[in-house]
Amino acid sequence: MGLAAADSQFHVLAVDDSLIDRKLIERLLKTSSYQVTTVDSGSKALEFLGWHEEDERNNSSEETSVSPKTHQESSSLRNIPVVIMSSENVPSRITRCLEEGAEEFFLKPVRLSDVNKLKPHMMRTKCCNKDDDDIQNQKPENLEKQEINGEEIQSVLQLQQQQQQQPSQTNNNTNKRKSMDEGLSPDRTRPRYNGLTVMSN
Amino acid sequence: MEVDQLQRTFHHYHASLFNEGFLDEQFVQLQQLQDESNPGFVVEVVSLFFEDSERLLNDLSKALDQENVDFRKIDAHVHQLKGSSSSIGAQRVRDACIAFRNFCDERNIEACLKCLQQVRQEYLLVKTKLEALLRLEQQIVAAGGASPM
Repeated sequence: MGLAAADSQFHVLAVDDSLIDRKLIERLLKTSSYQVTTVDSGSKALEFLGWHEEDERNNSSEETSVSPKTHQESSSLRNIPVVIMSSENVPSRITRCLEEGAEEFFLKPVRLSDVNKLKPHMMRTKCCNKDDDDIQNQKPENLEKQEINGEEIQSVLQLQQQQQQQPSQTNNNTNKRKSMDEGLSPDRTRPRYNGLTVMSN
Repeated sequence: MEVDQLQRTFHHYHASLFNEGFLDEQFVQLQQLQDESNPGFVVEVVSLFFEDSERLLNDLSKALDQENVDFRKIDAHVHQLKGSSSSIGAQRVRDACIAFRNFCDERNIEACLKCLQQVRQEYLLVKTKLEALLRLEQQIVAAGGASPM
């Protein structure tokens, strides 16, 4: 397979609490020439990207918040595209993920054809890393890469955490690759609230 | 030639596992991810599946043996097992897990115990078959053939 030099520079952070799924996604991504880091939880993902958890006591309640080390890191992290993966096809949950800023949803088990869909999201990020007025003057290959903790993360694959509590669920067991309704458009007209969303259910 | 005979045996056995529903398309995906640079990929993932499943089946046994059965915990374990079996293409195990979860929802201990038995049975079956398949692969490679995976 012929590879452009740019391919080796894409780095994906994959998050999944299942070791088997981490192995799989790692192989899928490496086969597609991405650099891969895998972690087993959302908090480790944030840690890897340079966020720190702070415990705050607010009156009598304990709150945990995450905050970036610097403002610059905050804005660059927001530009990282996030793709959600889950073994369950729950349209309302998927819609929510997309509305919160996820680029796409993959139904597990993930396949090579899904991984092939990542590239456009990576390329788009390269265009958005600079200030708005610079965008039209720059070609993707000339964009300066933003460094985060010495590494560049182009995409985060956020997986739904293991289900801890959910009394009853109607399991939709159809194995459709794309499980969304026709009404959902991948068109990014919605504002991005947050580049990183940890979904847990 | 021995290698040819082994290859033929492998292909027949491989096909039968799909025909009988033990494995599905996802297993083929696994095979496609194995190549010269990663010759042990299928063995590695299948071994992880065995370890993971055995642990989960033990946890499920214990959880169903409690005085106050925690169905949410049981559901979480079955969900995990469903996920890993689905990821390697162990179709019958996955389907047994799906049935199990429905009875978890109903909080029916007796039914859950039966489901656990069913899941364990399917797991042991697919384990035996996968081990046989991987052994055939080993024999082919040892006899100088290319991995049929």
